Order: sequence, then C-alpha cells, then structure tokens
Amino acid sequence: MKRRADVVIIGAGVTGAALAYELARRGIRDVVVLERRFPCSGATGRCGGGIRQQFTTPHNIRLAMESVERYGTLSEELGVDIEFIQGGYLILAETEGEREAQRKAVALQNDLGLPSRLLTPRDAKRILPLLDETTIVSATYCPTDGHANPFRVVEGYLARARERGAVLEKFTEVVDLEVKGGRIVKVRTSRGDVSPGTVVNAAGAWSGEIARMAGVKLPNRPVRHEIAITEPVEPFMEVMVISIHNGIYFSQTAEGQIIGGIGNPGERPGHDTSSSLGFLRRYARELTRYVPALGQLAVLRQWAGLYDVTPDAQPILGPTPGLENFVQANGFSGHGFMIAPAVARHLADYIEKGVLSENLARLSLERFERELHGEAFVVG
Amino acid sequence: MTRHPSRVPRRKDPDDPVVCRCEEVTVSQVVRAIREGHDTLEELKRHLRAGMGPCQGRTCLPLLARILARETGRPLPEVMEEVSIRPPLVPTPLELWRGG
Repeated sequence: MKRRADVVIIGAGVTGAALAYELARRGIRDVVVLERRFPCSGATGRCGGGIRQQFTTPHNIRLAMESVERYGTLSEELGVDIEFIQGGYLILAETEGEREAQRKAVALQNDLGLPSRLLTPRDAKRILPLLDETTIVSATYCPTDGHANPFRVVEGYLARARERGAVLEKFTEVVDLEVKGGRIVKVRTSRGDVSPGTVVNAAGAWSGEIARMAGVKLPNRPVRHEIAITEPVEPFMEVMVISIHNGIYFSQTAEGQIIGGIGNPGERPGHDTSSSLGFLRRYARELTRYVPALGQLAVLRQWAGLYDVTPDAQPILGPTPGLENFVQANGFSGHGFMIAPAVARHLADYIEKGVLSENLARLSLERFERELHGEAFVVG
Repeated sequence: MTRHPSRVPRRKDPDDPVVCRCEEVTVSQVVRAIREGHDTLEELKRHLRAGMGPCQGRTCLPLLARILARETGRPLPEVMEEVSIRPPLVPTPLELWRGG
C-alpha cells in the first residue's frame, strides 16, 4: 500500500467513488480510497436507487437538481450504462395535513425552478394506472426525478478514477487516525499506514466511529432500513412512487423487478442489518394497498442497509473545525445516492481550490451549534 | 400483469457453458470479472447479477465458488464463507405476506 497520498478517502460508496472521480478529473490523481469491505458493500449497494429532487429545504433541492442534470449524461461520461430511468417521482399523501405540506413544498420547489406539481388522485392514476386512487387525497409529481443502478454508478466512477491514477484498497479497515498540531498526520489501517494530505470521511453509517478516531464528535446515528425485491415483470411503470404517509417507496428496475422498502418509525439506532418478517409484512400490506396488482409478484429477497441520519436529515459536508485537513462527506440520511454527483463536485472544488460553495457552507458540521431547519420528507 | 417474456437465449457456445441460468452468465464472463478484480463471491454477484435470479443462487453459487477458488488459488470453504443468504428462502407472492 502507498505510504502517502494527497487525498485519502475513507469509504467506497457512491460518495467516495464520485469524489475520487471528480478529483482525478481535476488532475488530483494521488488519491487512495480505503474500503473496509468492497465497493458498494454499505448503504449505496443496499439502497433503492431513487434520484429525487422533491425535497423541502433549499439546499437539498439545489443539490438534487444539480445531480439530476449530471445523472442525465453520466452513462455517456463514464462509459457505463447506469440504467438511469427518468420516469419521475410520484409522492402520495393521505391526509389534509400532508396535502398542505405538499402544497408548501411544491411552492418552494417551483421557486427554485423545479417543475414539480400538485396532483389530484385522478391525475395521479393517469401517471400510474394500477394505483388505487381512493387511498390518497393528493400527490405531487416531478417528471425529471428518476432512478438508476447504484452498482453501475459506483463501478463507472471507480473505473474512470482508477484509469487516472486513483487507487482502491478494498478489505482495508481504518483502525486509527493520528492527530498532531491540528492535522491528521497518519491514517492507520489493517493493512498499513498512509500519510495523508487531506482525509475525507465518506464512511456512511460508520462516519461517527471514524470521526471519533480523530477526536471529532458527529451527531450522526445509524438507522436500519429494510428493502425487498420481486421477480421481474414486463416494464409497466417508469415512475418511482413514495408516500409521505408511511415512508414507503418502490420502483421498477431496468431488469423489470419491483424494488422497494418502508421506514420503521420504531427503529432504534444501531448497526444491525438483519432482515425481519415484520418489515416484509408491513411492506406487502402498504404496497398492495396502493397497487393491489403487485400482490401477485413473488418476493425474491430482502435485505437491509443503514441510513446515516443527522438531526436535520441533511448531510454534513466540508471542513472540520479544529482539524485543517479533515473533510466530512457523510450524514446523507438516506439520500446519498441522489445527490452524490453534485456533492462530489462541490467537495472536489473545496479540496482543489479551497472554494467553499454556499451549499457546503450551509451544510457544515458547525451548523449544529446554530438553529436547525430540517428536511421533512425523509423517504427513498 | 404479464410475466417477463423469457429472454432470447444467447447463441450456444459449447466451450463457454452457462453458470447462472437465471441471469445467463457464462464461465468466460465469470473468469473475466474475477481477473478485473471482482474476486469475492459478493462482488461477483453484484457485478454479474449471477445468483440474483429466481433460484437465488442455488444452482450457480457452488459453481461460481469453484471457479473463484480455481482462479484465485484460495481454498473453497473460505470462498464460500463470504456469501450471505437472504430471505425468503423461496420466492413467495407478496399477497401471502400481507395477511393477518
């Protein structure tokens, strides 16, 4: 393993991979990506692949809009078919309160230039003909949202980054960070030590542990989210559906399978990624309530991943107070895949030129000492 | 809802047998993927989709493991240990899960 590197990225999920690529593209080629297991083995490879812009905070909306623009041309740029299906996102609401929240969200989104709109149940059924529209009071729809295959995205980013000189060290666990004079001077791993220029903490649900090694406290908590996939059927829905009523999300992959999950409000923080029967029952019940025909489909497998959740459900990006070469890229709260292309760009600009974009400044670790305005729609 | 039409079978090559029948992955694809660096069962599965079809790897995982052990020179039990088995063990219609 290399003894030193300009940039050491901890974590080969979508954030670490995208950042390695963006840095390499800017000519910063001396990059090492350290991965405890293998690329995509954490949350990225376990997520539903949704790419949504319909958020409720300006930063989340802007980062997502920038990412969608990037995802649109990413297959071509990376030379890998990332299976991007831009079929829109349909967000379901079941109560008057939820409809009001949707009305406000659409107003903010439209102000920022996002073409989302509020729909009646009947309009929603036009977009998804198999929907039982009697279950909802309203919906919102944004035609430029979509979904893609996380494995292909990470493979593409890493392949192109490695061609330009970045090095991936898999099955390499960071065991300690040595701090001296306000800097991280050594990254100790299970396979040797690296002296870093800059260290990026892109370790997802393990970011808190990584930060603690450098004496930094993050407010992130890992929370299990379960997910399941069915056998493939002929393509019948391009739209991805989520509900702010119960936190369900589902879409049809390029392969034809229905992939989806549902949040569990009672889930306690921790690193458990086991699968539960309770999840499958709740998911099946809610999914078939909205789209009864899906009851015929067989579930092939279920699994779980970890959301890396912050108190305001927005990521922690950029510099760390007190440690000049420690950059945070975590706390995505279930939305990392959606915004990774934009996040990587902002962070690469910061690492290359020291330019702190407005988004990075607002999403810094320091904000937790100020008043918070959180993201309300924390779903796939 | 119509089932997915069975995919068009690729031209048969007697020198390149199919390892994963659900996803139609051949021996040469597996060997190439291993040489590209996808050298654990979990990585092979994610890269090639082998083992992700309706049989959930019942047929192909032992075959994949053998090829992997041969290509990497690692013992077979060690290679096999790396793969996680995910529920349900048999494909089951969603409507059977929603009751009661």
